[in-house]
Amino acid sequence: MSTLEPPVAVHLELSHRCPLKCPYCSNPLALEPAAGELDTATWCRVLDEAAEAGALQAHFSGGEPCVRKDLETLVEHATRAGLYTNLITSAVTLDRARLQRLQAAGLQHVQISFQDTHAEGADRVAGMPGAHARKLAIAREVVDLGLALTVNAVVQRHNIDRVDDFIDLALALKAGRIEVANVQYYGWALVNRAALIPTREQLVAMDAALRDRLPSLKGRIVVDYVVPDYYAQRPKACMGGWGQRFMNVSPSGKVLPCHAAETIPNMVFETVFDRPLGAIWQDGEAFRRYRGTAWMPEPCQGCERKEIDWGGCRCQALALAGDAGVADPVCALSDRHAEVIATAERDAARADVPFTYREYRNAAVP
Amino acid sequence: MIAETDTLRLAPGVMLRQDRTREQWTLLGPERVLVLDELALEVVRACVQGGGSVGTGIDRLAAEFQAPRAEIAGDVLELLQDMRERGFIAG
Ligand code: SF4
Ligand code: SF4
Repeated sequence: MSTLEPPVAVHLELSHRCPLKCPYCSNPLALEPAAGELDTATWCRVLDEAAEAGALQAHFSGGEPCVRKDLETLVEHATRAGLYTNLITSAVTLDRARLQRLQAAGLQHVQISFQDTHAEGADRVAGMPGAHARKLAIAREVVDLGLALTVNAVVQRHNIDRVDDFIDLALALKAGRIEVANVQYYGWALVNRAALIPTREQLVAMDAALRDRLPSLKGRIVVDYVVPDYYAQRPKACMGGWGQRFMNVSPSGKVLPCHAAETIPNMVFETVFDRPLGAIWQDGEAFRRYRGTAWMPEPCQGCERKEIDWGGCRCQALALAGDAGVADPVCALSDRHAEVIATAERDAARADVPFTYREYRNAAVP
Repeated sequence: MIAETDTLRLAPGVMLRQDRTREQWTLLGPERVLVLDELALEVVRACVQGGGSVGTGIDRLAAEFQAPRAEIAGDVLELLQDMRERGFIAG
């Protein structure tokens, strides 16, 4: 591999606490309790180190980042360190006054997740009555204040037939960007796969409808489309390649190549108390393990796509093949691919599977 | 298409920023980074942040680079159009 590029962005999972209970949540099953979260001074140091390491953007996420009372302080600190700041939120606890404070602190962009396009379905997925209405109200405030808004449409079996409506919703809200994000099955989503994964027919219909609509949206709204890869032939480049673009810091300060990396057994993660972010990025064991192409076995090693998709998602390889160090089994060249399709089809055919909501009482003991 | 009479601005949440680590200029936006080469940087400065219409910006660029206006106008409009489609500029 050529010389190592600096990280583009750092994701700060400020807290795992969240008023919502989305069954598709990508957080680990072992949710970090409030007492384990980093304090303000440590987060500020982490932001300085991220900027020092060359990161351009700081994404404040969680859980719900707004549960942190020091969010304004952290945004201000990030801005002063020269970082572009982005808030990834469920929005339900926000109000105009706090948005204004965050804006004054330098916040540029707010990304709000939507669980469906109508309140009943959305609130059921979020596990919180009234959530959808709050989100709509806050989204309007975001735009009204001149902040950039992204609508994050989280797509699964129960709303996949309404992707068109999601786009209409984003246009009506005057969002600059919409993420059509098909659920990725790790963390809580993996537990809930049989309650969430769409059928192949649903997926094909959604894909066709979306692609049909894309040309007419050019110049009006930016569409980022996360393809659902269970039914695909080739995986996507997870995180733009392991350890090549992003760093993720967990609520307690573990420095991870991706937010699901903790599911990988026998991987040692350094924390922000061990070494500066830049040093961990350079040669941290976890970052080096699957960076580039040297680690790859066949069929990836001899594959012409190895520097395009980087062998797909390590956490998905672990979840589906039991080994994080093999080709992502959604790839048709993987010897596990047929199994993946069978699993997807089996899960998709199951009706009326109840959600296991993401909440502390359902969480694994860390 | 973008016309010379249009006035443009950076889209909400987009900022022009010098990236000192990589020694380059960038437009930073929601989950996006656009690296600007020297020409693109001058186009943004003249036609988006110049305070006038796109056409006024092109006048300035033509003067600065001592280039025939007719030759550069098409390229500049194309560049701006592309930036707008990718959500970096509005108007
Ligand atoms: S996915 Fe839902 S539960 Fe998980 S952090 Fe986001 S809003 Fe909260
Ligand atoms: S074999 Fe590996 S590198 Fe090739 S397409 Fe499949 S996952 Fe990607």
